Amino acid sequence: MMKIALAGNPNTGKSSVFNMLTGLRQHIGNFPGVTVDKRSGTVSFEGDEYEITDLPGTYSIYPRSEEEKVVYDILTNKVHPDYPDLTLVVADESNLERNLFLFTQLYDLGLPLVLVLNMTDVASRKGLRFDVDAFNKKFPEVPVVQTNAKARLGKERILNSLKLDLNAPKNLFLPEVSLCAIDDKQCQEVEAEKRYQRVKELYTELVSESKIDSERFTVSPIDRILVHPVWGYLIFASVLLIIFQFIFSFASYPMDWIDGKFASFSALLQENLPSGLFTDLLSQGIVPGIGGVLVFVPQIALLFFFISILEESGYLARVVFIMDRIMRPLGLNGKSVVPLLSSVACAIPGILSTRTISDQKERLITILIAPLMSCSARIPVYTLLITLVIPDRTVGGVFNLQGLVLFALYSLGMVTALLLAFVLKNVLRRGERGFLLLELPPYKTPSWKNVGLTVWEKLKIFTLDAGKIILAISVILWALASYGPSGSMDEAELKVRKESKTLSDSKETEQRVASARLENSFIGWMGKGIEPVISPLGYDWKLGISLITSFAAREVFVGSLATIYAAQSDDSNLRLIERLRREKRSDGTPVYSLASGLSLMVFYVYAMQCMATLAVVKRETRSWKWPIVQIGIMGILAYVGAFIVYQIFR
Amino acid sequence: MDHSSVDQRLSAIKPGNAVYVKDVVQSELKTKLMEMGIVKGQPLLVMFRAPFGDPIAVNVNGYLLSLRLEEAALVKVEIAPVE
Repeated sequence: MMKIALAGNPNTGKSSVFNMLTGLRQHIGNFPGVTVDKRSGTVSFEGDEYEITDLPGTYSIYPRSEEEKVVYDILTNKVHPDYPDLTLVVADESNLERNLFLFTQLYDLGLPLVLVLNMTDVASRKGLRFDVDAFNKKFPEVPVVQTNAKARLGKERILNSLKLDLNAPKNLFLPEVSLCAIDDKQCQEVEAEKRYQRVKELYTELVSESKIDSERFTVSPIDRILVHPVWGYLIFASVLLIIFQFIFSFASYPMDWIDGKFASFSALLQENLPSGLFTDLLSQGIVPGIGGVLVFVPQIALLFFFISILEESGYLARVVFIMDRIMRPLGLNGKSVVPLLSSVACAIPGILSTRTISDQKERLITILIAPLMSCSARIPVYTLLITLVIPDRTVGGVFNLQGLVLFALYSLGMVTALLLAFVLKNVLRRGERGFLLLELPPYKTPSWKNVGLTVWEKLKIFTLDAGKIILAISVILWALASYGPSGSMDEAELKVRKESKTLSDSKETEQRVASARLENSFIGWMGKGIEPVISPLGYDWKLGISLITSFAAREVFVGSLATIYAAQSDDSNLRLIERLRREKRSDGTPVYSLASGLSLMVFYVYAMQCMATLAVVKRETRSWKWPIVQIGIMGILAYVGAFIVYQIFR
Repeated sequence: MDHSSVDQRLSAIKPGNAVYVKDVVQSELKTKLMEMGIVKGQPLLVMFRAPFGDPIAVNVNGYLLSLRLEEAALVKVEIAPVE
């Protein structure tokens, strides 16, 4: 299979070209030896298969971040497993000079190239005309393809160019310089200087301007508002608030539907299959486990839908622009805003997206605080607890009280994250100085295909990677709840049955039996073991069980409670919330009171309960030191925070 | 006042003013600035500033580049003659 690489500047519509070519036939992998995501996909055309790899966007082959280093490593090393047979250079026709800089660098590497001129519509609107004949004279080995990937124009043309028997360039554009070493700044400087001179000459030969584009030198009215000292921040805050309100109001419908379907499917299995171990495993372990994974799909899809719209439209770069000065005193960077915002969906992609931060200290701080941003895995925990203890009513005429509490939880995580960043800034040693050279791309309507594929990609990562952990834990949990130290569960059952003989209500007897069995299962022992530690926070041993199991992943909390209470009663059709509301302490007060509910919410804002995040932090920081430090800091925050809240509200 | 003799930096230029790049100060960032198009002779137009005056957005050949003030201070510029 022929290997094709996609290279180009950021904001040239490179992903649009990639998506246009590969559609849904793409997957995420890793470049060998580094932790940078490798997006690749396949396309077949007239009987040939092509593997297309989307390289990180760069302005130069010389990297300024770990992510960009991949481009240098691959394209300058002929024996690299990802070394391409052909490289498509995607260039923004409306902004060609800077794009030609990278193009000529790649040309001088001797790679067989195709120049894909994208955004032809914008270029012609600006009155720019590209002279293909002149280009062909200069670069006879390089075919030019003009596309408008957003409108999905030009796919055939690109594929046809792959069919051409392309030769590697024989000449050099800039013969007087040769490839510099990755850390030889002086050599790179000399090259940049000479190359830009030559590229400027080339540009005037290739591009003619038929009209004076006055717009390009005026500040757009949108920018006047979005970077305005007052409106800029107000709009950013409103955008966030709207997104969260939207998710809270609308995600619940598909979630309830998924929830209900899986509950009735479980019941159906329980009724129709012969009773026994296998049926229990299926109906109480596996099916609720899968349901517990899929129930997040609506929220994650909505979150990434919004985030990728913000990114696609060009707004996210303005967010970096207006936030940079504010983030800097905290030891962060305007670019930290995107990873931290992504962490609102999931800390894992958030932490992985810190690779664009070139300053190592700023990057480390961003990684350490990212899991304090409330991720989507907390939403089901928050949702359950809010529905349980916060009344559903309108305050101030417009706001839903439950929505406001949700907003407060997000804010608590965010504010704590920023305060922690400030502390870390003064504790950690300084490395190289950071910088922010960022392109503010022109505003554009998002490509729905790109948005859709981003959402799809995130859902795939979540359901397949995180989903596996959740499902496995659901099954383990079921096993731990269904078995106990030899004979102890049966003994407990016999005892309860003897004591309950006087009761006429057989249902209540069964409930007590199930409860006694659970209490004497492995997991019951574990939960009871930590009860003295967690009772100052307002939790009993059943919550202890949920805390233990959700250490692996926060979302397990809900599934864990469901399993615990399902294992305790036969009425598996009753919704979990109703069941929890009926749960009483020995003194008759509800277990899930306002105080213990709020305490749990705060606990889940702070606690580092996600094995997958820890693994990613370990991989990204290359040591166990930082994930352990992170667990320690967040654990202390969680315990102290929950303790204070419970003592205040009890 | 004769501006050409003054060591003007991009960081000191008010929005709406056009300048030419004279040189980039020798530094860790020099290559990166050049790769983004900040090269000798390049006309620049300072477009707008972020709230708090930092970073700034500069038009380089039709595209918008955002730089922190400390980064813009590395760029020596000359005020473009008024047309």
